[in-house]
Amino acid sequence: MITFMNNSDSEDEPCNERTSLMSAESPPVPSYQDGLQASETREAQTHRKRQTGSSRSPNNVADEDASDSDVRVRESALENEEEELTLKYGAKHVIMLFVPVTLCMIVVVATIKSVRFYTEKNGQLIYTPFSEDTPSVGQRLLNSVLNTIIMISVIVVMTVFLVVLYKYRCYKFIHGWLILSSFMLLFLFTYIYLGEVLKTYNVAMDYPTVILIIWNFGAVGMICIHWKGPLQLQQAYLIMISALMALVFIKYLPEWSAWVILGAISIYDLIAVLCPKGPLRMLVETAQERNEPIFPALIYSSAMIWTVGMAKPDMAAKGQSQQTWDAEDGRENHSSTSHLDSQILDTSSPAPSHPIALEEMEEEERGVKLGLGDFIFYSVLVGKAAATPSGDWNTTLACFVAILIGLCLTLLLLAVFKKALPALPISITFGLIFYFSTDNLVRPFMDTLASHQLYI
Amino acid sequence: SLWILSAAGVPCLILLFSLLRAFFWLVSLLLASLIWFISVHLSDQGNARLQYGLLIFGAAVSVLLQEAFRFAYFKLLKKADEGLATISEDGRSPISLKQMAYVSGLSFGIISGVFSVINILADSIGPGIVGIHGDSPYYFITSAFLTMAVVLLHTFWGVIFFDACERRRYWCLGLVVTSHLVTSGLTFLNPWYVASLVPIYIITVCMGVWAFFTAGGSFHNILKCLSCKQEDDSRVMMYSALQVPFED
Repeated sequence: MITFMNNSDSEDEPCNERTSLMSAESPPVPSYQDGLQASETREAQTHRKRQTGSSRSPNNVADEDASDSDVRVRESALENEEEELTLKYGAKHVIMLFVPVTLCMIVVVATIKSVRFYTEKNGQLIYTPFSEDTPSVGQRLLNSVLNTIIMISVIVVMTVFLVVLYKYRCYKFIHGWLILSSFMLLFLFTYIYLGEVLKTYNVAMDYPTVILIIWNFGAVGMICIHWKGPLQLQQAYLIMISALMALVFIKYLPEWSAWVILGAISIYDLIAVLCPKGPLRMLVETAQERNEPIFPALIYSSAMIWTVGMAKPDMAAKGQSQQTWDAEDGRENHSSTSHLDSQILDTSSPAPSHPIALEEMEEEERGVKLGLGDFIFYSVLVGKAAATPSGDWNTTLACFVAILIGLCLTLLLLAVFKKALPALPISITFGLIFYFSTDNLVRPFMDTLASHQLYI
Repeated sequence: SLWILSAAGVPCLILLFSLLRAFFWLVSLLLASLIWFISVHLSDQGNARLQYGLLIFGAAVSVLLQEAFRFAYFKLLKKADEGLATISEDGRSPISLKQMAYVSGLSFGIISGVFSVINILADSIGPGIVGIHGDSPYYFITSAFLTMAVVLLHTFWGVIFFDACERRRYWCLGLVVTSHLVTSGLTFLNPWYVASLVPIYIITVCMGVWAFFTAGGSFHNILKCLSCKQEDDSRVMMYSALQVPFED
């Protein structure tokens, strides 16, 4: 057995905390949800509008009545519009998440199909000490289950450790840990990847060029991820490190262990994010309480968020309806650069912290955030499907569609529930079902049809 | 709650719907291959004729399931359309049923075509000689043509199918299903390409023309499209003609 990584804990760490999906968006009107909430907000809004309405009209009873009914009509029209705009932006963010997930998967699949290195068995990680080269099926299954237990417990321990550190505000330690792990990902793994790609295509490259390329790539990546940088560059780097991590998993996890681990980690994700004492949930809630962004190296965000600090929470509470859709129009073509000095407005607070008055803001854009662990495990699933010895593309495609549909459903649930949700379970379940059924049922069928050149 | 995903700009909508469509096709394929698999394992594996017969049976079942899922998708889309119409401001949905029919057919066709052809494409990169064991040397190119025909056919069938469901013309539906079965059956004649490719292309062209007329096209539309500039001009002239008296 070859132990591959030296600082193995620091880079296993990236895969733990990153498996949660949350919406950074708090819509102005949750009235498309059910019953009680809707009537409450509607009453509150009517009250507010009545105030504004009556302040506009003169002190005349008839006028107030007229303005009231008028206000109600306008109010329902406004609500509809706000609803529509919220839904519109919600769906746009769905698409904005599809693109990076697709890109990550494409990179992984392309690498697996072309570079032989990542499908060769060259040893295992120390987290999966049990080998799968056993004569009997039962022994192999047992070994893979044991491997899974070890791996999941390592992940749990790491996550709990991180949450404890976060709670006790040991920020320097966490930052140092994250910097070390992304340093290793960006330099060492990229070097290995580049080496293997060059070997596959038989391209000669001298060491000074390699040093130059890797140094530039890594340094810019560190700056972009941990400090400031253009949003798209940061997203690109996050996609690349997720892809590299996924490739490492695909190479070093034995067959059956990989599938069992995928199943187990989606169950773990469900527990960790939804249970009240789950570590990921505590992480997210603590971050929201303190109004801090969760570390940028752990989360992919589809849009930049920066706000006016906590300037006017009261205005945020009141000035929602009229200003919201002005703000939303204003922020449509937004692009921003600076990022770490910002604070997220509390998304789960009762005061709707959605865009504040337009004249105050620099600009704000809310997006959906997806943890990097989700990217990694989606790509591991699709990559494993692509790495099957039969070389079947249908399986890969089927898993890809299944994962995207799962992501769609998860985002739908996110729009309904509006709190952090685990992104892994639904997608991974669909992906696993489709992988096993396509590999065992559809593949022989399609192969037989294709050999007779039949089309259905 | 499909509404939440659906109320978006039109490109987002199209993307989401086509993804959902591909998913439906995959599920139908899964069920069909499950049925085939079970039937193969329950039967005598050595008998080649029986296996071939089971294959035909499996293909027919798959075609019927695809059409059934197309119908289910239509129902889902109707609901989504109504939802969109209630949400949007002017009571209309931002994407018309005809557009949805086109998108649905197209994505059905794309996923079907891709599944049929991508393994062949992947193999075509590798080393090998086509037809060395006595099969036809035109395997790849005929596969390409057949796939193209299948994609186009699915698109046209989608348009016709949705329109037929909308107007409850069940004979149209039956015709679509039978033509799908006939096309699939024609591919069984396959090494004899004249008998399979030519009729399939004839069917494709007929379906195309039918779909065009179903979607509301006509010769008049084609001519209007080609001469659309002149019509705008005349409208502009009329408007400015109207304006003049008001300026007095």
